[in-house]
Amino acid sequence: MATSAAVASSSQAKHPDGRVIHPLWVRVTHWINALAMIVMIGSGWQIYNASPIFNFEFPEQATIGGWLAGGIMWHFAAMWLLVANGFVYLVLGLSTGRFKRKLLPIRPREVIADIKAALTFRLSHEDLSVYNSVQRILYLGVILAAIVIVLSGLSIWKPVQLQELTLIFGGYDNARIVHFLAMSAIAAFLVIHVVLAILVPKSLRAMVIGR
Amino acid sequence: MPRQRKGVPGVDPKHLIKEAAQLLPDPPRRAFLRGGASLGAVAFLAGCDVIDGASAENALRAISRFNDRAQALLFNPNRLAPVFPESAITRPFPFNAYYAEDDAPDVDGKSYALKVGGLVQEKKSWTLPELYALPQEKQITRHVCVEGWSAIGSWSGARLSDFLARVGADTNAKFINFVCAEGYWSSLDMPTAMQPQTQMTFKFADQTLPRSYGFPMKIRVPTKLGFKNPKHVIEMVVTNDYPGGYWENQGYNWFSGL
Repeated sequence: MATSAAVASSSQAKHPDGRVIHPLWVRVTHWINALAMIVMIGSGWQIYNASPIFNFEFPEQATIGGWLAGGIMWHFAAMWLLVANGFVYLVLGLSTGRFKRKLLPIRPREVIADIKAALTFRLSHEDLSVYNSVQRILYLGVILAAIVIVLSGLSIWKPVQLQELTLIFGGYDNARIVHFLAMSAIAAFLVIHVVLAILVPKSLRAMVIGR
Repeated sequence: MPRQRKGVPGVDPKHLIKEAAQLLPDPPRRAFLRGGASLGAVAFLAGCDVIDGASAENALRAISRFNDRAQALLFNPNRLAPVFPESAITRPFPFNAYYAEDDAPDVDGKSYALKVGGLVQEKKSWTLPELYALPQEKQITRHVCVEGWSAIGSWSGARLSDFLARVGADTNAKFINFVCAEGYWSSLDMPTAMQPQTQMTFKFADQTLPRSYGFPMKIRVPTKLGFKNPKHVIEMVVTNDYPGGYWENQGYNWFSGL
C-alpha cells in the first residue's frame, strides 16, 4: 500500500540517519499542487482582468487562457486537480501526524527569534527534517489560505446553490475580494518560498528526491 | 474596497464596452495556451501528449462538458436565488452586451410575435398583449456576469414553467433554446427552465422593459450567469437536440449555473 509505505518513510524522517526528509506522497502532492496553483493563479488573473476589482490589471503575458473564456476553461479544469490533490494532501497530512509533528507547536517568541535570524541570514538549515518557526507559520498559513481560496471560490462559482457559504464571506461581491486576497497571500508565499528554495538548494533537492 | 465607478462597484459603461470587445475571441490567435509555456504537464494531465493549442482546447472543452454534468448534478431545482429589498437595487443598472448600447435591437412592439415551437402541443405565436395578460410576478435578484461583476435588479414577468405548461411543452425534453431579434441565442436545461424564478420578463424596475435591457421580452434566469439571460427574445424552441449558444459555442461553459 502506498499509504503504509508513505507512513513508514515519514516516520524515518524523524531519525537523522533515516535520511528521508519528505516521503513520496508529500513530494508528489507538492509538485501537482505547484502546477495546479500556477494554472489557477494565471487563469484567475485572466478572469480578474475581465472586470478588475482594484485599480489595476495583470499584464497579459502573465495570464493563462488568451481570453476570458480560455481563462475560465483553464480555471475550472485545474480546480479539480487542485481540490483532489489538496484533499489527498490534507487527509495524509492529518492521518500520518505529519502536520502535527512538523508544523506544531508555533510559539510567538520562537517565531520572532527565527524571523530575526532569517533576516540576518543566520537561520540554520542544518537539519531539513525540522522546520523552524518561520517555516511552520508560513506552511500552516499557506494551507489555511488554500482552504480559504477554495471555499471563497466555491461561493463565487455557486452563489445560489451554496448561498449559505457565500453569506459567510459577506455575499458575492465580498467573496470575490476574499478570493483575491487569498490569492495574494498564496502568491506572496510562492515568491518567498521559491527565493528561499533557491538560497538553500538542498531543500529543493529534498522535495525532488526525498533526501 | 473596489473602486467606485458611477455608483456600480467595478462597473463603468466605457470599460464594459472595452471589455465586451475583449470578450470576442481573436480567431488568428485563439491562444488558449498563450502565457502557458510551462503548461506541458497540464496538457499531459488533461490527456494530451502534444502541446498544441488545438489538442489543449479539445481537452479543455471535454472538461467543460464534464463540468456541465457536474453542475447539473449540483443544481437543485427547488433552491431559490436570494432575493433583495428595493433599496438594494443597483442604480443605474449596468448595460452589458456584445454590442454598444446604441446598437441594441429596436423591436417593434406592435408587430412583435413570440414564436413557440419544437416539442410543444400548441405551436403558435404570441403577441405582446397576449403575453402581458399572463399572470406576472416580480423578483429582485442578483445578476452575475461571467466577467465577475454583479448587480441587483428588479424584473417582472411570467413564470416560464407556467407558460410551458400552458403551451403543452414536453418537459421531459432536455433543452429550451431562445432566439433573439438580432441573432443571439442561448439555451437552458429543462430543470433550470422549470425553476420557479426563471421568468419571461416584460418589466424592469416596474417599467416596460427598455430597449437596452431587452424590449419586449428577456428571459431572466437568476440561477445562471448573465449571458444565459437572453434579451429581445423572439422565439423559443423545446428540443432534445443540443442547441448550444452564441457565447457557449465559442468556449464559454454551457451550463454556467450559479
